Amino acid sequence: MKQKWALLAFIFTMITVLIGCEPLLVLDPKGPQAETLSNTIWISIFTMAVVVIVVLTLLINMLVKYRASKQPDDYEPPHIEASPIVESIIIGIPVLIVAFLSVVSVVSTYQVEDVPEGYEDQEPLVIYASSSNWKWHFSYPEQDIETVNYVFLPTDRPVEFRLYSHGPITSFWIPQLAGQKYAMADMITKINLVADSPGEYMGRNSNFSGEGFAKHVFNVTALSPDEFDTWVDEIHATAEPITEEKFDELLEPGHLGQLTFTGTHLEFAPAPEGEHGGHNHGSDDSHSEDNEDTSEHTNH
Amino acid sequence: MEFFERFAVPHPSPLIYASMVAIGLVIIAIIAGVSYFKKWGYLWNEWLTTTDHKRIGIMYIISALLMLFRGGADAVMMRLQTSVPDNTFLDAQHYNEVFTTHGVVMIFFMAMAFVIGLMNFVVPLQIGARDVAFPRLNAISFWLYFAGAMLFNISFVIGGSPDAGWTNYYPLASNDFSTSVGVNYYNWALQISGIGTLMTGINFIATIIKMRAPGMTLMKMPMFTWSALITNAIIVFAFPVLTIAIIMGTLDRQFGTHFFASTNGGMDMMWANLFWVWGHPEVYILILPAFGIYSEIIATFSQRNLYGYKSMVGSMVIISLLSFLVWVHHFFTMGQDALTNSIFSITTMAIAVPTGIKIFNWLLTMWKGKIHFTVPMLYSVAFIPLFTIGGVTGVMLGVASADYQYHNTMFLVAHFHNTIIPGVVFAMLAGLTYWWPKMFGFMLNEKIGKWAFWFLTIGFCFSFFPMYITGLDGQARRMFTYSEATGFGPLNMLSFFGAGLMAIGFVIIVYNIYYSFRYSPRNVGDDPWNARSLEWATHNPVPEYNFAVLPQVESSEAFWDYKKKGHKLFPDSIKKIHMPNNSGLPIIMSGLFFIFGFSFVFYIWAGVIISAIGIFACMAYRSFEKDDGRYISAEEIKETEDKFGGAGQ
Repeated sequence: MKQKWALLAFIFTMITVLIGCEPLLVLDPKGPQAETLSNTIWISIFTMAVVVIVVLTLLINMLVKYRASKQPDDYEPPHIEASPIVESIIIGIPVLIVAFLSVVSVVSTYQVEDVPEGYEDQEPLVIYASSSNWKWHFSYPEQDIETVNYVFLPTDRPVEFRLYSHGPITSFWIPQLAGQKYAMADMITKINLVADSPGEYMGRNSNFSGEGFAKHVFNVTALSPDEFDTWVDEIHATAEPITEEKFDELLEPGHLGQLTFTGTHLEFAPAPEGEHGGHNHGSDDSHSEDNEDTSEHTNH
Repeated sequence: MEFFERFAVPHPSPLIYASMVAIGLVIIAIIAGVSYFKKWGYLWNEWLTTTDHKRIGIMYIISALLMLFRGGADAVMMRLQTSVPDNTFLDAQHYNEVFTTHGVVMIFFMAMAFVIGLMNFVVPLQIGARDVAFPRLNAISFWLYFAGAMLFNISFVIGGSPDAGWTNYYPLASNDFSTSVGVNYYNWALQISGIGTLMTGINFIATIIKMRAPGMTLMKMPMFTWSALITNAIIVFAFPVLTIAIIMGTLDRQFGTHFFASTNGGMDMMWANLFWVWGHPEVYILILPAFGIYSEIIATFSQRNLYGYKSMVGSMVIISLLSFLVWVHHFFTMGQDALTNSIFSITTMAIAVPTGIKIFNWLLTMWKGKIHFTVPMLYSVAFIPLFTIGGVTGVMLGVASADYQYHNTMFLVAHFHNTIIPGVVFAMLAGLTYWWPKMFGFMLNEKIGKWAFWFLTIGFCFSFFPMYITGLDGQARRMFTYSEATGFGPLNMLSFFGAGLMAIGFVIIVYNIYYSFRYSPRNVGDDPWNARSLEWATHNPVPEYNFAVLPQVESSEAFWDYKKKGHKLFPDSIKKIHMPNNSGLPIIMSGLFFIFGFSFVFYIWAGVIISAIGIFACMAYRSFEKDDGRYISAEEIKETEDKFGGAGQ
């Protein structure tokens, strides 16, 4: 049984490494959404650790106690019919565990899909994030600017990313701020997030999208609202406006560094929402949603 | 020359030229070897045209082992490429092809073939049948699988491999983004072998429903047969979805339709939905037979009856139903609303309940038993904790919100390898070792087998546990490289080390087969493991008619009853036995299907039309063929039985 213990020791070491090292990105949240997810993950790790420990203990107990070398040669194991009580226990306890995690799952899923708690009364900053092979284009309609492969966010203000793709399906992911979501060519998906501390974060496409996928990344910088406004003003003072020709050039497959423009490509190449949606069934919905949003904000 | 240009590999490299040479040499070596030993007649009459379920099973297993090495080579290349940051061993395009073929080969051509191979060999023996219900169809199933596997494998050297992942998501897999013929290969190879799998499903349901030995009611079937019945039911429901999805994909790529396009009314996510409506049940197609094998092995080597037979059956039935209700968990991040995700999150986690029941029943089977640590039992014992870890991480992934962080990362890769390797691969190796004496009449060496076991198990832990960590640290799957700044380097190196250990483990298994073939004693008797179920009531190796006399059964452990309770297994006397004839038609049809698929991949319409006519001609010939099988005379059976020492026990 030495090997069994070696295995156990190995698992234990791994867990220690997991906890001991500098925090893993997903478990080092910098905003309320990622924090909810990090907490959910820890809850599930601890719950599941209990299951693993119970199974391991039972297994080791069986292997140590009932191995052939420990028993007399003439020992004949009995025929044992299943006992209804035992069966109810091994059904009942997993049901309870799953029920508990189901509640955790449902509650947290609703939480991370909404605007984070405590930020509902602020008007969210809308940023369109669209992917092309293998770049990310960020359009700020409110600020009337556009960036490529990097995005600046004001801290403590809800941000609504509207995602779509100019090519294959991609997945927009900033592990320290929120979970990921797909960006597709024919519809808009949304991520609500808030960055509550300034800093630089890694963002990437996590969904395989061809040859340049490995370097399909972008930088996220969260800075205070004042600094954010200064940054926007600077762009308006220095950057060139984006034109349709320039944008078509950007869409060509390949990698680009970080670029900055005034204006957004949405003016000449609108996002697939509303009347531009790929699926007709989507158009009416998103209009009414938009209306709802504005009416909500006027109420506040 | 223009005609031949299409066959060129779009991204050649020394590695590909080397594989071309290797494939050429292997083919020449096989042809030369068979000719030198004058075995063509033997090969054709005894194997290639056989309709014997045992030989078809063995051919499936040999093919599966070959594919295991093909897919394993891919795996080692991937681990090598990612072992250090900014590695240049493979470029992005090659890495993409390698992980795509790794997935496809391992799932469709290794795991499926291994599972179906063991079902072929064992199920008719466990239910006391002479063969499957449709022996000729069974041969066609195998040969279609083989044609599909070969078609897929030549893609690497002729025309280019698919590069859109084994999930083959559109629009990435469309002509716009995947310009080589690779995805055409994917479509046709899977289509052809998928038809074979569907036929297997129908065949085995018919066999298990109609051909059980007298006295064997459904609730007296051995557990592996139960798992096979449920698995084949899932196959029959799930595979048609894949068939249709692949037809739609083929139409998109080769005939300009827009089912999965993102323009003109197409829906790219439709493919993902259809793929996983098939794909998730597929996971259980693989794991349920593995559960069946573990149930047989744990009971045998604990010398105990399987604890909770009814709940074991019930949990498998529930798993099979739930398996069709969880596909959305493969893309919680598609942007559907929280309600949809919540529902699929709950159905997903619900599967943990019946699976948990099985784990506890296995543990309770060992309770008060007498546990012998043979090689099959070692695999089963390692399976329990490792699969539990794979299972609980599955539950973690099933939490919809948390999945937003695990999705598309190495965490997911670690999870599904954590279920498939200790779940399916260990089960297949355990089952192969366990039933090996039934197949060949000698045992695999236990000592060498244990070495292989330890290399595989420890190698597995080193390969995949680090991935949980890098996944949580933000390493996406399918990245061909990463920068040093990410800090993924050391853990990926550890994975590569583990992959190396596993590779050594598999080489030891091959050596064990060679060693045991040469040196293992041949007089192992009919019951080398002190086993319990009906397949052990006949001889090792099994004579072609399986049982000289049809057995009479009273419980799921008929052979145990015979040994311990004096149950009379063979009440009748030996009579002549009706057996199916061999047929060359399946392998000929398989060849035609291969040409059909290959021509279709490259738009060679003449080849498509001619081979299609050939296929229909074969079917027409079969329709009018008079083949009533043949009889083995009672004398001949007695003679064979005497050779084994005693007629019908």
